[in-house]
Amino acid sequence: MLNENKGAKVNILVPVLSVVLGLILGAIIMLAFGYDPMAGYQAMLRGAFGSPFYIGEMLRYASPLIVIGLGFSVANTAGFFNIGVAGQVLLGWLCSVWVAISFPNWPGYLLLPISVLAGVAAGALWAGIAGFLRAYFNTSEVIVTIMLNYTALYTTNYLVRNVLTDSADTTPPIPKQASLRADWLSNISGGSRLNMGIFISLILIVVVMILMQKTTLGYEIRSVGMNTFASRYAGMNTKQNIILSMVISGGLAGLGGVMEGLGTFENIFVQGAMPALGYDGMAVALLGLSSPAGILFAALLFAILKIGGTSMPLGSGVPTEVVDIVIASIIFFVGANYLIRFFIDKRARANVKKGGAE
Amino acid sequence: MPETNYVIEMLGITKQFGDFKANDNINLKVKKGEIHALLGENGAGKSTLMNILSGLLEPTSGEIRVNGEKVDISSPGVADKLGIGMVHQHFMLVDKFTVTENIILGSEKTKAGFLDKKEAQKEIKALSERYGLFVDPTARVEAISVGMQQRVEILKTLYRGTDILILDEPTAVLTPQEITELMEIMHSLTKEGKSIIIITHKLEEIKQVADQCTVIRRGQSIDTVEVAETSSQQLADMMVGRSVTFKVPKEEAQPKETVLSIQDLTVKESRGLEAVKHFNLDIHAGEIVGIAGVDGNGQSELIQAITGLTKVESGTITLNSKNITNLPPRKITEAGVGHIPEDRQKYGLILPMTLYENISLQEYYKEPFSKNGILNGNAMKKNARKLIDEFDVRTQNEYNTASSLSGGNQQKAIIAREVSRDPDLLIAAQPTRGLDVGAIEYIHKRLIEHRDHGKAVLLMSFELDEIMNVSDRIVVMFEGEIAGIVDPKDVTQQELGLLMAGSSVEKAKAMADQDGGKESANVK
Ligand SMILES: Nc1ncnc2c1ncn2[C@@H]1O[C@H](COP(=O)(O)OP(=O)(O)OP(=O)(O)O)[C@@H](O)[C@H]1O
Ligand SMILES: [Mg+2]
Repeated sequence: MLNENKGAKVNILVPVLSVVLGLILGAIIMLAFGYDPMAGYQAMLRGAFGSPFYIGEMLRYASPLIVIGLGFSVANTAGFFNIGVAGQVLLGWLCSVWVAISFPNWPGYLLLPISVLAGVAAGALWAGIAGFLRAYFNTSEVIVTIMLNYTALYTTNYLVRNVLTDSADTTPPIPKQASLRADWLSNISGGSRLNMGIFISLILIVVVMILMQKTTLGYEIRSVGMNTFASRYAGMNTKQNIILSMVISGGLAGLGGVMEGLGTFENIFVQGAMPALGYDGMAVALLGLSSPAGILFAALLFAILKIGGTSMPLGSGVPTEVVDIVIASIIFFVGANYLIRFFIDKRARANVKKGGAE
Repeated sequence: MPETNYVIEMLGITKQFGDFKANDNINLKVKKGEIHALLGENGAGKSTLMNILSGLLEPTSGEIRVNGEKVDISSPGVADKLGIGMVHQHFMLVDKFTVTENIILGSEKTKAGFLDKKEAQKEIKALSERYGLFVDPTARVEAISVGMQQRVEILKTLYRGTDILILDEPTAVLTPQEITELMEIMHSLTKEGKSIIIITHKLEEIKQVADQCTVIRRGQSIDTVEVAETSSQQLADMMVGRSVTFKVPKEEAQPKETVLSIQDLTVKESRGLEAVKHFNLDIHAGEIVGIAGVDGNGQSELIQAITGLTKVESGTITLNSKNITNLPPRKITEAGVGHIPEDRQKYGLILPMTLYENISLQEYYKEPFSKNGILNGNAMKKNARKLIDEFDVRTQNEYNTASSLSGGNQQKAIIAREVSRDPDLLIAAQPTRGLDVGAIEYIHKRLIEHRDHGKAVLLMSFELDEIMNVSDRIVVMFEGEIAGIVDPKDVTQQELGLLMAGSSVEKAKAMADQDGGKESANVK
């Protein structure tokens, strides 16, 4: 409706306003429970930026979120709601660790890339199943991926208990040469778990940007997402594009899991629930409006909230539960950005009227 | 209330999109009980002006009065309250809903918190009887014809108590019979004191129904004239700003080798019934074959089958002696077929994408538009700029989304894309639907030029004028079969109409002679 420039401005305004409103609501909630919101937010900022260690942990948390968000956005662009990213993350995590601990004698230059690829392939395959069913049997990818999430969770737990270990909850650590961690990164970040994952994520932002905007594959994925009929008319293989977009989506999500397995934890353990990282990744993609640059900022924001939030109980006495409510209210506003868009449009109209009368 | 003759006065309306003025100081005055036509080239700003009146767009400046009173139509809701209702150029119905559900959507009546569909259905029935707008209130919208969908749109506005009805190109999608019915409906509405603003590119329709006509050119109102005192030619010239020919002159066709050969073709439609039955047809290089017929007699399925969008049940289709039966669409395109699809928004364009991306839709994967899977944006844009220029697509630049173009300019963009590839067989389905007379003249010229380059053209149209003027041979389809193949030079519109209604060539000729072309099978 508006011209291009104005449209872009509104687009950036919406997520920014969502965050601000979320912070305000969070403050009100803290006040309501009798805590000092200023102290609370200060503790959060300190917990995210207060020392090299905190910054390192914050960036460490953001790394997988970025690739997972990118993964979700690729499927989303093709018109699919890949709710299964969490399961794809988990399988990526599992398979990378599995390969790494299975071949402890391999040299790093072989073991590391193969472990990474194993994780990526696992996520890609898992999402590919949903894509295949969607393309050939028109099943809803939402339902299929939700079911695949459960399958992923229980399969992982079974394998960890019965195959990777002898009834233990946690696998042995991966061999040193398969790790994504680097001494120099740990050293400059005060011994945090920051690892090479952050660089992989930053590179992939650019890669996905190029893929979607500058390649024929990206052009096709976008076309299919916006209008399947016209895409078929233009001779695109819509089935192949559906599957491919899901495979790419799952591969990126799996890579997020790899960063957990080979970077953050260097092992895998029995999971009580789907990794929260998966759902956070979806929120990141939605907040970032499915644009690679937006996803970068959204992932950083989430990392600040989550990692900074862990310092709030100690730093300001705000209990964890309230911290979670504050974070949830910010996410709520992010999800409710339609509402914000509505009010911005209304204001714009009101302004036009004023301008027009003169 | 101030005394006035006018129900609607739009004074000095200007609407700007960025730097571009879509409406530039337009004046429009409509009297109570009149049918007022709005005429203008594609992209002249007609839809924009009406979107302002119906509250979808806010004018940059200008004043609107309803019954003499200054109003501020800030939303469609306000327009509703003022009794202004609009039926859009592209319908806004929910496919999966029933007719009743669509009509009451947004103004549902409830009983104890539950939808009161019975009551609504009664009301809709009363309305449709009163104005002769017959529809099946329980049918799903996706299952009814376009003409029926339009009635639903009109009923939707009447259900909300509309006094001023805006119809944006209502006839573009209708068959001749449906158009006649629509005109009757319009008259019954104005008899009840309602006013109608109608946008149409068809001058004879304006001559038939309208009392007044306001002409708009490039965003400015040129004049408002009394329709009875103005000829079609005058209207056309006023609108385009130069003299227009309605019938493009052309030489005798020089048919050469066979380009497309269809043998014993049978195609089923989505419900599994045979839409095309044992169909045979050859199309030669250097000729334009027109397919005439009432909508729904298998024309769409025939074209979808040739272009690979629908499965062929049995029979063969060969192009330049190559069997293309049931090949994927891209293989068929590459074999030398260009296709201007009947439904431009569903098949022809990806609306949220930019114009240059849309213009590259058939060739993006080939050099120079891409190499090794990497797109060459500059080559795409350059080609788009060239075609925008050549085909006079009215847009600010190639970065505009296809959805921001006016309906007629969307169509021109598709035609540019398909014709410029210089296909051996150009299939044009309803190519001038929604185009202004100037643009139609241009498109017809291009089709004839394409023929004269030694290519084959298959033209499908519901417009008898178009079929008669442009084709070298007319194939009339009835219930999936060929009712007759005739030469446009020795057939009258009446005879064509009878053929379309299912009679044989001999019978049609005899009947047309008999009643001297009075009333012939519902064809105008
Ligand atoms: N949202 C928009 N942004 C930018 N330009 C627009 C937008 N909407 C319309 N335009 C431009 O305004 C002009 C007028 O468009 P409009 O749809 O009113 O034309 P029209 O007279 O209805 O044409 P047609 O007969 O083809 O339907 C066109 O050039 C169109 O490209
Ligand atoms: Mg229009």
